[in-house]
Amino acid sequence: MHPAPSVIVFTTLSGLGFGLLFFLGLGLPVVTGWVAFALFAIGFGLSVGGLLASTFHLGHPERAIKAFTQWRSSWLSREGWCAVIALILMGLYAIGAVFLGQRWGVLGFLGALFSLATVFTTSMIYTQLKTIPRWNMKLTPAMFLSFSLAGGALLAGQLTAAMPLLLLAGVVQLMYWRQGDKAFAQSGTDLGSATGLGSRGSVRAFEPPHTGTNYLLREFVHVVGRKHAEKLRIISFTLAFFVPLILLMLPFHHILALLAVLSHLAGVAMSRWLFFAQAEHVVGLYYGKR
Amino acid sequence: MTQLPQSTERKMGLVIDLDTCVGCHACVISCKGWNTENYGAPLSDQDAYGSNPSGTFLNRVHSYEVTPDEGHAQLIHFPKSCLHCEDAPCVTVCPTGASYKRVEDGIVLVNESDCIGCGLCAWSCPYGARELDQAEGVMKKCTLCVDRIYNENLPEVDRIPSCVRTCPAGARHFGDLGDPNSDVSKLVAEREGVDLMPEMGTKPVNKYLPPRPKDQIEDQIDILAPLLAPVAEEPKGFLGWLDKTLEKL
Repeated sequence: MHPAPSVIVFTTLSGLGFGLLFFLGLGLPVVTGWVAFALFAIGFGLSVGGLLASTFHLGHPERAIKAFTQWRSSWLSREGWCAVIALILMGLYAIGAVFLGQRWGVLGFLGALFSLATVFTTSMIYTQLKTIPRWNMKLTPAMFLSFSLAGGALLAGQLTAAMPLLLLAGVVQLMYWRQGDKAFAQSGTDLGSATGLGSRGSVRAFEPPHTGTNYLLREFVHVVGRKHAEKLRIISFTLAFFVPLILLMLPFHHILALLAVLSHLAGVAMSRWLFFAQAEHVVGLYYGKR
Repeated sequence: MTQLPQSTERKMGLVIDLDTCVGCHACVISCKGWNTENYGAPLSDQDAYGSNPSGTFLNRVHSYEVTPDEGHAQLIHFPKSCLHCEDAPCVTVCPTGASYKRVEDGIVLVNESDCIGCGLCAWSCPYGARELDQAEGVMKKCTLCVDRIYNENLPEVDRIPSCVRTCPAGARHFGDLGDPNSDVSKLVAEREGVDLMPEMGTKPVNKYLPPRPKDQIEDQIDILAPLLAPVAEEPKGFLGWLDKTLEKL
């Protein structure tokens, strides 16, 4: 799949932002006044910024409001609803915390729930696609949720929660890579089943339909950078999980905490790039490519 | 709208004969010609006369080489367009309701004024049947020439999809695949038509007829064979002299 910057920025930032809002909603930590203002500003900045980035890849962003209509069947529509509900609930909760010095617990709990639900619905947009075996697994939502929780705990300064959550996210990441590498072969889809000619012998793409490229090849058959995938995985894993864990184990200092957050963010963004760049769409088979 | 209908009254679709297709791409051109100036936005091209041309097509012809365990390899031309699936994933993923499957004939269409161009329907299609038009920013796909097949302004012979009307080899057939007595259904039954990627669970309406087995000419000896044996084994006359002379050099 083409790793569009808008979608990588969106899933990385909004995942982190909604993770932070989740912890703030639960009152971890309980904040009021300026501290609350700063934390909520970061939470909203990341989540809303990510959502805005996601509209950049639309052909007609001005019609985006129509995406709220099909929540009965479409995960993308459900994501829109969850995001708006989460932001409204957390917005009201933030007004209480910042301006009134109040902590409206039930509101915060519901806001936290919808923040996590937004991350889940985002992950289901990818997970539902049978056409991309590497995404069509239960580990995809597990990865999105565990990343969001780990990042959120880190940003919220919940160090006792952040350490086990980072560890968990790291394990999920390794499992995702391990199972993802086998997913295409296990899906049973090959050029034989794609053309219905598999029972007659071995099938080879002889001639493409056109000499140039097309939308399908640009969008679904992205092979650039795959050769460095192993190295990028190691760098991504180190930045996202290893470095923050080491920094958290050192005596606490705000600079170290900031470094841990930045390192985690860079690592997750890299992992998200790999999530798209390494995903192989079955339509590539028709072109003799993966 | 993006929930799929429980069932459709008819299942209009195409049957493509891989035995007959000669790979001339006439269906590709006629499809582009008809659909760029009729239903919905035109099918745009980018850099059409430059060094890196690219464009929107609703129908494309691939060519595959199939090598059996024994015998010769075979070249098979393979036209591919929307299969108007019964369980179309492109419809249910659509967030706006732009993508829908019609109850009356099962045709999968895009309402372009509702399409936000998110591309998710193209992601969900295993067949590459949908292409986002780069000029219009909306999703384009085969309409089964919905603006031809019911069009009473056209002569009756033309009320079939443009690709079917054009095919010079008669490799494309159009009809109701939900009716077991229709010509297309009988053809599929007789030739054992297949689904593409059945493991995806999309239940495509369009069917592909596999190539018929080739004759095994190696096993037969033609009665004219003796007459076809070479007559002159050794060159004679001038050529014979030339041959010998050149050998000596």
